[in-house]
Amino acid sequence: MNILRKEVLAQDIVRFAVAAPQVAAKAEPGHFVIVRHKEMGERIPLTIADFDAEAGTITLVCHGIGRSTREINELNEADAFLDVLGPLGEPYPVRHEGTVVCVSGGLGVAPMYPKAKALAAKGNKIIHLQGAQRKELLIMTQEMEAISEQSAYSTDDGSLGRRGFVTDLLREVLAGEDVDEVIAIGPLPMMAAAVDVAAEHGVSSVVSLNTLMVDGTGMCGGCRVTVDGQTKFCCVDGPAFDGSAVDFKEILKRQPFYRDMERKSLHRCRLEEVG
Amino acid sequence: MAPRQEMNKLPKGARTGFDEVALGYTWEQARAEAERCLQCRSPQCSKGCPVGVDIPAFLQAIVHGNIGRAYQILQDQNRLPAICGRVCPQETQCEGRCILAKKGEPVAVGALERYCADWARQHYNGTLNRADSGQAKAGQKAAVVGSGPAGLTAAADLAVAGLEVTLFEALHAAGGVLRYGIPEFRLPKDIVDYEIGQIRDLGVSIQPNYLIGKTLDIPDLFSQGYGAVFIGAGAGLPNFLGLEGENLNGVYSANEFLTRVNLMKAFRFPEYDTPIRVGKRVAVIGAGNVAMDAARTAVRLGASEVSIVYRRSRAEMPARLEEIVNAEEEGIRFQLLTNPLEVLGDENYQVQGLRCQRMQLGEPDGSGRRRPQPIPDSAFVLEVDTVVVAVGQGPNPILIRSNPNLQLDARGYIEVDPDTLMTNIPGVFAAGDIVTGAATVIAAMGEGRRAARSILEYLDCSS
Ligand SMILES: Cc1cc2nc3c(=O)[nH]c(=O)nc-3n(C[C@H](O)[C@H](O)[C@H](O)COP(=O)(O)OP(=O)(O)OC[C@H]3O[C@@H](n4cnc5c(N)ncnc54)[C@H](O)[C@@H]3O)c2cc1C
Ligand code: FES
Repeated sequence: MNILRKEVLAQDIVRFAVAAPQVAAKAEPGHFVIVRHKEMGERIPLTIADFDAEAGTITLVCHGIGRSTREINELNEADAFLDVLGPLGEPYPVRHEGTVVCVSGGLGVAPMYPKAKALAAKGNKIIHLQGAQRKELLIMTQEMEAISEQSAYSTDDGSLGRRGFVTDLLREVLAGEDVDEVIAIGPLPMMAAAVDVAAEHGVSSVVSLNTLMVDGTGMCGGCRVTVDGQTKFCCVDGPAFDGSAVDFKEILKRQPFYRDMERKSLHRCRLEEVG
Repeated sequence: MAPRQEMNKLPKGARTGFDEVALGYTWEQARAEAERCLQCRSPQCSKGCPVGVDIPAFLQAIVHGNIGRAYQILQDQNRLPAICGRVCPQETQCEGRCILAKKGEPVAVGALERYCADWARQHYNGTLNRADSGQAKAGQKAAVVGSGPAGLTAAADLAVAGLEVTLFEALHAAGGVLRYGIPEFRLPKDIVDYEIGQIRDLGVSIQPNYLIGKTLDIPDLFSQGYGAVFIGAGAGLPNFLGLEGENLNGVYSANEFLTRVNLMKAFRFPEYDTPIRVGKRVAVIGAGNVAMDAARTAVRLGASEVSIVYRRSRAEMPARLEEIVNAEEEGIRFQLLTNPLEVLGDENYQVQGLRCQRMQLGEPDGSGRRRPQPIPDSAFVLEVDTVVVAVGQGPNPILIRSNPNLQLDARGYIEVDPDTLMTNIPGVFAAGDIVTGAATVIAAMGEGRRAARSILEYLDCSS
């Protein structure tokens, strides 16, 4: 569970290469792990953003927003995670679809990359669309470009690529091109919008959900989501689902349940830093 | 006949934190209680014990003041006595069969078991006798999946027989329900640590963070040289009722609620990072041990009004008697013969109430219990902001899903040969809740032991 490499991709966004041979040996695109960095830490789900079975390593990208994730991002090379459990979730079925548009928002590019890479290896044409608030937050662009035939970017402030939403780019691509599948991963509103745009063009879509989790093994139900009118556990049935079947409204309401408490914890964390 | 000794408990007013409520016997109490045993010629108590502890003998040893000996007798059949003394439903097992139970005051076997185990832990620091009977050949290995009571017991027995045993656990800490389900105030985790430590000392290698079916699969275990695999994966999949509003904010499965508090120590937030949010008014649906644990936990997390909502009557409540009494003492209300219909929420998806209906008991159903039937026009709303669903569990899904060739019964649990406890896959055995459905700690231990015996036979190393 040792950290072999650490790289700051953007503010609060860190990429780690972690020695986890057992996990790497079984990892497939779409899998994730649950990590704990210390005894008092939360169990944090992180996507396996890349893996190398031969080297026995997995790549994780962590966004420091809560207390545990911020502390994780302060770990350094030669530090270790206390626990790494995985690979978890259902792998994403990599098939030959034809042309696939990969729509990533913010940190969503991390879970997108292993899927896109595997799809490209299967001979699919990858169109890569990526959006972020501003230029500095457009991460992993080189990796994505290396496997994509086409790439386009959008930022909220126009600092790189199109000013506006990444779904605008999607709309344009779908208008001009025969597309077989859309994969959308990113903030919930972005995924919901991408699913709608794909549906308008009669294209099926896949999303990857990032719900609250505790155990990640199907034991608590804290990660439950409604898909096709049925309750599913994101950690064992997902995290990828058919976008048009997902009840985004419910997920949007469930996500912030602990936000006040997280603020309190972070506040305490900052006090400790100061004191 | 002297009256049964009452165990000291934390006074009601002092039960604000997660300190253990039951305080155990003093030596004088223990001796007086053990002396109540009539030493029956054909004792029924031991027959009521799923692992067959020689109860009269251990009680006799207490009477003679030889607690070390009493502990050994317990240990011979039960490797988790401090745990079982605290959580077994004695009233339906040993104590239920005690001849004195007919007069309503059976010998307090559970409290005495606890007394001996606690004494041994404090005074004797005794490691389990490693009866290294050495039937196993050098290098023979067995894998155990799941570290609940079934897995722990099987692992210990296999290790004692000389096998190299590896115990794989999905979570970051061992113990199964003992770790993530049963709260600190009923089963302190340092006791769980201690008794698991004793099993580790037998030579069992405990590997947390291994989800079998994902990290490794059963065929991997065989190719790594394990001659047999024991599955004790438990019944951890939380049932929901399928009510309207069950996915609102503020609705927890009991498993999530208890896991946050016990495994992740959310009761010490923000010292520990995992949060839990409990409102002022909490409804817990269900009336088993899980429901009592959730309700009593909610009280300790600061809820001012906690109700158990149960559609049958008091007589059918499946929880241990002692926990029902404790719950009552802690001010938990019992909404019996009450059936939940719908969780109500506000525009922010936050729970606002639980719409229920009153019930009455009709004819007996398949389980022999009288079937509850709705009373017409009796719907009402219980005003709550948190709902905990504690209506049972199903089989843990992952191992089963990743082994589609594993034969299951009609309810989805693993099917085993009733004599050998072997599954349809040769060399793969299973026991505990993953076979029987949610049952008890001691039943899981008894079956774990039986499976270990047949694994030894299968590997040709039984004595
Ligand atoms: C809240 C609560 C209170 C209870 N109170 C009592 C009580 O007072 N008295 C009593 O007698 N009984 C009680 N019970 C029931 C009792 O705890 C169970 O019957 C017993 O623990 C079952 O033991 P087990 O070993 O079969 O499974 P479990 O204790 O469920 O352990 C199974 C273990 O296997 C692990 N696991 C699952 N799948 C995998 C996998 N694929 N790979 C690796 N590991 C895996 C799980 O993480 C878990 O740790 C209670 C249960 C709960 C939930
Ligand atoms: S995280 Fe607990 S069931 Fe999915």
